[in-house]
Amino acid sequence: MDRRNFLKTAGVACATAAGARSAAADTQEHKPEEFIGVLVDTTRCIGCRSCEVACAMAHNMPVPDPKTDGALEAVRTTSETAWTVVNRFDTDAGEVFVKKQCMHCWQPACAAACLTNAMKKTETGPVIWQSDKCMGCRYCMISCPFDIPKCEYDHWNPRIQKCNLCWERLQEGQRPACVTSCPTDALTFGTKRELMEIARKRIYTNPDKYVHKIYGEFEAGGTGWLYLSAVPFEQIGFRTDLGTTPYPEYTRDFLYAVPVVFFGLPALLYGLSQLTDRDGSGTGPDPKVVAETTDHQAAH
Amino acid sequence: MSATHTSPPVQGTFRFIWNEMKPRPPFWTPFNMISIPIIVVGMVILVYRFIYGLGSVTNLNQDYAWGVWKGFNVITGVAFAGGAYALCFTVYVMRLEKYKPIIRVTVLNGFLAYVFYAGALILELGRPWNILNPIIGNDFGYNSVLFLVAWHFLLYIIAQFLEVSPVVAEWLDAKKAYRVLYAMTLGLVVFGITLSFLHQSGLGALFLMAKPKIHPLWFSEFIPILFFVSSIFAGISLVIVEGTLSGRYLKEHIGIPEAQSRAILFGLAKGAAIASFAYYFFKLLLFLHEGHWDLLGTGWGLWYLVEVFGLTLLPCLLFALGYRHRSLGIVQTAAWLSLLGVLINRLNVSLIAFNWESVNRYYPTWMEIVVSLTVVLVEVWVFRWFVTRMNFYPRPRAARAHTADGVPAARLVETA
Repeated sequence: MDRRNFLKTAGVACATAAGARSAAADTQEHKPEEFIGVLVDTTRCIGCRSCEVACAMAHNMPVPDPKTDGALEAVRTTSETAWTVVNRFDTDAGEVFVKKQCMHCWQPACAAACLTNAMKKTETGPVIWQSDKCMGCRYCMISCPFDIPKCEYDHWNPRIQKCNLCWERLQEGQRPACVTSCPTDALTFGTKRELMEIARKRIYTNPDKYVHKIYGEFEAGGTGWLYLSAVPFEQIGFRTDLGTTPYPEYTRDFLYAVPVVFFGLPALLYGLSQLTDRDGSGTGPDPKVVAETTDHQAAH
Repeated sequence: MSATHTSPPVQGTFRFIWNEMKPRPPFWTPFNMISIPIIVVGMVILVYRFIYGLGSVTNLNQDYAWGVWKGFNVITGVAFAGGAYALCFTVYVMRLEKYKPIIRVTVLNGFLAYVFYAGALILELGRPWNILNPIIGNDFGYNSVLFLVAWHFLLYIIAQFLEVSPVVAEWLDAKKAYRVLYAMTLGLVVFGITLSFLHQSGLGALFLMAKPKIHPLWFSEFIPILFFVSSIFAGISLVIVEGTLSGRYLKEHIGIPEAQSRAILFGLAKGAAIASFAYYFFKLLLFLHEGHWDLLGTGWGLWYLVEVFGLTLLPCLLFALGYRHRSLGIVQTAAWLSLLGVLINRLNVSLIAFNWESVNRYYPTWMEIVVSLTVVLVEVWVFRWFVTRMNFYPRPRAARAHTADGVPAARLVETA
């Protein structure tokens, strides 16, 4: 192909691509994406653990048997084979059941920590893990303030395991498995804006039933999962000392300083080395040291 | 030893290298006898680890995602390698002739430390076959401190390799390559110091997001600065310790006159005293600023005081005392203590005071410790191979007495 033809072809190809893109843009409704999440009303949860079963079935993990395994006896954390667990707490208001899973932070520490973007905040909100990118450094586990990502240590090619808010089901237009399985409507799926309205409405209409706080509204910069409770959140296994700063902010100043150092320091060092250059040897250090160390070789 | 340089062109370069690879007598030394079994066992454990997963040999758990391979080999090992940039600054930027005799060996030490200790990261990765992802762009995680550290490790290893390469060229008698590589030194040094500054502090910055997990006596938003400053005197201390050990076990390869080696040592001691005092003072200011007086009465407080007074201030004062009284023994003690202090500090931040409230405490298995030692011992073997074959030290007086161009053998003494 000669040059003229090549240019022609390339031009046509570009035009086609541009046309295709604008056509696609026209057909898609262009609305700003809103982050989605789930509201957990712990006053409605009866501890049936249907959500655990549904989650395990949806993600090919060992399915628990809530009737016989007695797992509510101890407080559990999520694990590499259980993306969500329900715990029982004895509180001032009696027995309270709390579902635990990834909080899907608005600005996730795990995603900011990930050096390959294997841990990724998707446009609609779920934080997902991508196996083809992950190198297994586990910095996400170090960084997550909720201690959610878990590693399959006993496998030669370990995966990082955590709730992905049923990303694959969302793609098909379905709701997360745990939400659909909940028999008491303790779990509500929606955009965070909608969920906040529902949560506030419940507090306003039942001011004596709930503590006047929505966990996840501001915690760690705000999370996709929100919780309502009848008792202070400390009593039902939540950390309330995590602050409201998004976790990536803690490393931002350091990262912003990098370009300053990266271009400023060499200038300073190189300048200094010229100032200290007493015998005018210029670019390199005194070559005498070379003579000293090479002379013995010459001697042989 | 000196006979090996006689006829590389005749033998052919490859034959020459092959001959140089062979171990030299004496082989049955105590170090070899102790290190070989450990290395063999370590290798077996590593094979096992790559087949059956990290869980088969380590005590890593979901609360302690990083163990001793990271906390000791990578995070502490890299701090100990800080001597290379500190001395490069002194010799090439400040042009202090006094430290020239040890600059080559210190850069070699830094290079090997990075190859092995930053390399130990690979052992700890769950999916090491994906290690090139942040380099080839699958994906570039720009917003990650670890992305920065990984790139800087890689670039620094390359820079240090090139800094060491003139010595290798000299060994292969490649004069042209030597000149080209040597001409790059200043640029590499400037680049290398910048990278060191960023990734030494970057290793500290890794823990900034672990704020709720690290005991308040050890967490500070200034961890990056603490890590950088402590890497200066940790690096200098390692140069002193390495010099002491090489002076004892590799004596016949080193031709630094006694007077100059003392001058170098006490100069280093003075530098370490000042750097560690700056570090101590900064730690003190941070403590006063945070005001965790109530925590000092706890067990953690006691452990903190041990680190700050016993393993930071004490070695600092010993360095000063050793310098003042020109006492080798005191300086060497200070260097060992100082290294211990930095080791304890790094382990505190990454393991001991990390997730301090966790019930799943992490204690390394014997296998993790053997692998950690294997990494160190293999590095020592490789280091010994380099310094006994190439001119990393100025040669002994006997070798320098009859130099071809008549450079007086006493020059090194004069410049001291």
